[in-house]
Amino acid sequence: MIEIFGIPLQAFLGQLLLGLVNGSFYAMLSLGLAVIFGLLGIVNFAHGALYMIGAYVAWIGLEKFGINFWAALVLAPLVVGALGVVIERTLLKQLYKLDPLYGLLLTFGLALIFEGIFRDQFGVSGQQYAVPEALQGATNLGFMILPNYRGFVVVASLVICMGTWYVIERTRLGAYLRAGTENPALVQAFGINVPLMVMLTYAAGAGLAAMAGVLAAPVIQITPLMGSSLIIVVFAVVVIGGMGSILGSIITGLVLGLIEGLTKVFYPEASSIVVFVIMAIVLMIRPAGLFGKEK
Amino acid sequence: MFKIKQITAACTLAATMTLGTMAPAQAQISGDTIKIGIITDMSGLYSDIDGAGGVEAMRMAVAEMGGAINGKKIEILYADHQNKADVAASKAREWFDTQGVDMLIGGTTSSTNLSMAAVAKEKKKLFIAIGGATSALTNEQCSPYTVHWAYDTVALAKGTGNAVVKSGGKSWYFLTADYAFGTALQNDTTTVVKAAGGTVVGSVRHPLGASDFSSFLLQAQASKAQILGMANAGGDTINTIKAANEFGITKTMKLAGLLIFIADIHSLGLKTTQGMYLTDSWYWNRDAETRAWSRKFFEKQKRMPSSIQAADYSATLQFLQAVKATGTDDSDKVLAYLKKNKVNDVFAKGGWIRDDGRMVHDMYLMQVKAPEKSTEPWDYYNVVETIKGEAAWTTKAESKCALWK
Repeated sequence: MIEIFGIPLQAFLGQLLLGLVNGSFYAMLSLGLAVIFGLLGIVNFAHGALYMIGAYVAWIGLEKFGINFWAALVLAPLVVGALGVVIERTLLKQLYKLDPLYGLLLTFGLALIFEGIFRDQFGVSGQQYAVPEALQGATNLGFMILPNYRGFVVVASLVICMGTWYVIERTRLGAYLRAGTENPALVQAFGINVPLMVMLTYAAGAGLAAMAGVLAAPVIQITPLMGSSLIIVVFAVVVIGGMGSILGSIITGLVLGLIEGLTKVFYPEASSIVVFVIMAIVLMIRPAGLFGKEK
Repeated sequence: MFKIKQITAACTLAATMTLGTMAPAQAQISGDTIKIGIITDMSGLYSDIDGAGGVEAMRMAVAEMGGAINGKKIEILYADHQNKADVAASKAREWFDTQGVDMLIGGTTSSTNLSMAAVAKEKKKLFIAIGGATSALTNEQCSPYTVHWAYDTVALAKGTGNAVVKSGGKSWYFLTADYAFGTALQNDTTTVVKAAGGTVVGSVRHPLGASDFSSFLLQAQASKAQILGMANAGGDTINTIKAANEFGITKTMKLAGLLIFIADIHSLGLKTTQGMYLTDSWYWNRDAETRAWSRKFFEKQKRMPSSIQAADYSATLQFLQAVKATGTDDSDKVLAYLKKNKVNDVFAKGGWIRDDGRMVHDMYLMQVKAPEKSTEPWDYYNVVETIKGEAAWTTKAESKCALWK
């Protein structure tokens, strides 16, 4: 049997694939963060909480109203996006002229409040969300058994990530957005409603987080703490990729998922810190991140 | 640089101010109130098995005593240790020094219990460990002021480990949470499995609160062991079981949950967990007395009590009865009374406290019911075996505690 570093090739491939699944979640979440930071300059610490709320919206929809997974995949981002609009209009709007630190503190506070509300309502043990019927079961890939749903997550996340990248980097709307962040006054002068655009951007970022939450719901326990355990890693991903770099956050998310997956095989105890070790090294060599531009 | 200096100055100022106002306030009234403190996980991954429900259970004991003893008010203090040993230790120290806490209950997690036990020993105050599982509390690190009330890793290992090996699960692979509790549970179970004629083929350690278990599970499956021993707890166990079902691990391996609480079963559902063996110190639906007490608890908390919450009640009640009988809240006198008298309440029958601090009582080996056998919400277990107190815990021969020689 072929072995890689003392591990059978089959097991090695299996671990790589699992790393890719986790990397998909990192990519989707860090993408939303990168969009919000890149275009609004807000370090959105509430991102984990929005992800958690997305999962809960899916769960509540299924339990109370019989809304299935596919509908939730559309509905949850809309609900959380609307929440994003409220947050942006009432709170974040006041902070654009201030130091980014204020946005960080505000969104961190919001995250704690949201978590507290859900903990009070639902407890911490968590809720179950069944895998949608069409994706139940598993496929034998020869080297491992891959649950169909996890395969779907990888594909879905790649589609979402690439779609977002395309909209921002390759379309006219994206061009307006990027111009709006560079020089809002000038873009406004061309008759484009910049505040509206900024609001919708935050809503879209929040919606992306919610969509990741819905995708995660069948895989993990839905708990009020599910976001806070992930958000720190995701921030590290964004920092490594380069704050605000959209393509950077996607690629870094996937690659770090793979690296973390391999760490789980070779030195499992370190799997929760490997991302931060990489972050420290990257910050020493390239302070702006791998894909970031020095300003 | 300027900013950091400013912040440091502000923090120092804030710290000095709180110190200044707190120190003299409570010092002299300590004798006039009976104060019981609980430091536990109020908000994190273990807060459903103790947390606010644990505090409520303690209040039920206080209400049963009429809220006061000989005209002295009974007061309950609680704090969140966030599962951090240093937070627990500094809170315990503050309470003993400035709040005049007479007895401290240790909530969830082993590491916090070990650190609180050390503080209590130094202050010569009674410490009752409840949510922490490590057997070190009454073994290597035993203390004359520590009483371990509900369960420990040895009892869990003996209960579930023996039962699983007896039913044919000879080869084991461990999935272990990488902290004091996980390693203690793995070591204790390994001893039991080997003594019963089984083998341990390997283990993998995962970080506490890992986000994904599939990778660890594939490693476990590759070992070709029959049994996957889950030496973890709470959300980690839940996510392990979920992923094991999803990846088809359960087709080739049987899962043995070494520390499963009823809240875990409740959130996983009977369909995924049916047939699983587990050991616990208490089950709400065991007899008429436990049911009656649990329904009272349910009215307030909207969930059935965990074994830990029942033990919170029991420890509080026994302490208060001892205070009433001896007429003092002095730790040495109360402890002497507790050691002389049996524990008889809804949690334990004929329980007694050994010299190493272990409260000896029966443990229960249970099996999760099939969904169609469950007659009401929270009706989840069949009690398969009552493990008698003498057989459940560390024996004198195994003990390394200097107080029990």
